[in-house]
Amino acid sequence: MVELGAPAKWAARLLALAYVFLLVGWPVITLAQHTFADGWSSFAETFSDPDVTHALAVTVEISIYAVLINTVFGIGMGVLLVRYEFPGKRLLSALIDLPMSVSPVVIGLALMLVYSGRYGWFGPTLEANGLVVIFNSPGMVMATCFVALPLVVREVVPVLEEVGDDQEQAARSLGANAVQVLRRITLPAIKWAVVYGVVLTLARSLGEFGALKIVSGNLTGQTQTAPLVVEQKYTNFAQNDAYAVSFVLVLISVLCILVVSLLRPKESHS
Amino acid sequence: MSIEIKGVNKRFGDFVALEDIDVSLPTGQLTALLGPSGGGKSTLLRIIAGLERADTGTVNIEGVDATRMSPRKRNVGFVFQHYAVFKHMTVAKNVAFGLEIRRRSKAEVNARVDELLELVHLSQFADRLPSQLSGGQRQRMALARALAVQPKVLLLDEPFGALDAKVRKELREWLRRLHDEVPVTTVFVTHDQEEAMEVADEIVVINDGRIEQVGTPDTLYDEPANDFVMGFLGEVTRLGDVRLRPHDVEIGLSPDLAGSTSADVLRLIRIGFEVRVVAGTEAGQEVSVVTTRAHARALDLAEGQRVWLTPSVDAATAPAAKSLLAG
Repeated sequence: MVELGAPAKWAARLLALAYVFLLVGWPVITLAQHTFADGWSSFAETFSDPDVTHALAVTVEISIYAVLINTVFGIGMGVLLVRYEFPGKRLLSALIDLPMSVSPVVIGLALMLVYSGRYGWFGPTLEANGLVVIFNSPGMVMATCFVALPLVVREVVPVLEEVGDDQEQAARSLGANAVQVLRRITLPAIKWAVVYGVVLTLARSLGEFGALKIVSGNLTGQTQTAPLVVEQKYTNFAQNDAYAVSFVLVLISVLCILVVSLLRPKESHS
Repeated sequence: MSIEIKGVNKRFGDFVALEDIDVSLPTGQLTALLGPSGGGKSTLLRIIAGLERADTGTVNIEGVDATRMSPRKRNVGFVFQHYAVFKHMTVAKNVAFGLEIRRRSKAEVNARVDELLELVHLSQFADRLPSQLSGGQRQRMALARALAVQPKVLLLDEPFGALDAKVRKELREWLRRLHDEVPVTTVFVTHDQEEAMEVADEIVVINDGRIEQVGTPDTLYDEPANDFVMGFLGEVTRLGDVRLRPHDVEIGLSPDLAGSTSADVLRLIRIGFEVRVVAGTEAGQEVSVVTTRAHARALDLAEGQRVWLTPSVDAATAPAAKSLLAG
């Protein structure tokens, strides 16, 4: 650690605070102000619109599916990447990080190309068998899973590496089978990493916009999600509605962060 | 014979970890696999446990061919160098693990756990987490956990390697006593020859992926099969063309004994009750001699003095020709 003098220390703190405030704090506060500028009634009015509540419900539903899928997948991939050697391992690891560096809109387009019922590679076959992917929840869940793909894996991998496989070997030598080792040894060891990854995935899924805009078709009252409502209301000059929905989304994110920060101290006890 | 290993070979890429290993480890005894780091002894132990698979060869445990058996079916207890404790479970739960996996009744599990914690002197720590135990206590807990499932064979991989010298000494005496109480066939890996000689009934010396010699501690010390075993099991010095232990060199002030060589005392070091002498012969050889303090006093040894050195009659010796380890 570099030792700073008292004035330098204060200057550094001030700078960091100002940076975060200007970038995050102020806009969020302003958003809250605008939401309640006309009091509680306009806020309540926004959520009396069935299309808005439906959009929130869709967002929550899609996010829950995406979180479930990515949690199972993330733990499985993490174990695979850390505990096994196989050809193509580095490529797989790089692919998992891809969604972080690719624009979600591009991801939406790519999914469209593969699964669209009209001109996709795979979509017509699926649709002929009764599974409509694009402009429907399966596609929306896929898009959300895609953008949130690395979050659980990247939380789990370093913890698995740190824990090592001694405990798992000991459990096997004591007679535990693969499922028992996973359930009794591996999962308890990575529990907090998984919780953290799940919360991050949830926050990311709730806020997804670009990929969903393409894949969902943005059909009001059907496939429209909360972030899509925000954009639509805003461009239609219904700013109050846009602020209110945004505020709810921010509130959920803040709750997520709160949950994590409440959970984190316990980590050091276990 | 409890564990029969035949024709085992194991490579890691280009590195040959084990080459044509044939060995039988006797039932009910405490056997040490002794050798330098990277010599293949841990690999052999892990192959016996099933944590590693041999490229060729067979492993037979108590008359059952275990070569392709998964570790969980072999019924061996394994103790790791770094304890491999289940960090999120209490001491009692750690010990109970193997029994719970085997779906034993709760009453039976509790009774057995109590009994084992008693055996390893950890009864008062039953409800603690492993992080609240010292290294030595953790290793005793790991031992109790391995013993809980009543394994046919107990395997220990450098069990005391991560502990400080004093605890290590206590624990190995304790292991010896434990083995006398619970006579399960035990194999442990060590690179410490003193530990092997003190604890084991039988020692298998492994070097460079091959077995150098198998025998009791006395046999290995007194009748080493080759230079390597002689050098690894104790100090070696050279007198003329003969390699022998420094305490097997007799030191005198006159050439009374047949075959004695004259030398000058170069250095004298007193360590407790023993005195180490380094003497230079006329041929320019430096010979280490260990003698007792009383003998050194009787001779009134001093640096620069002329002495005569003779190999003692019953000395374990090896020809010095191929030596790499001349002292």
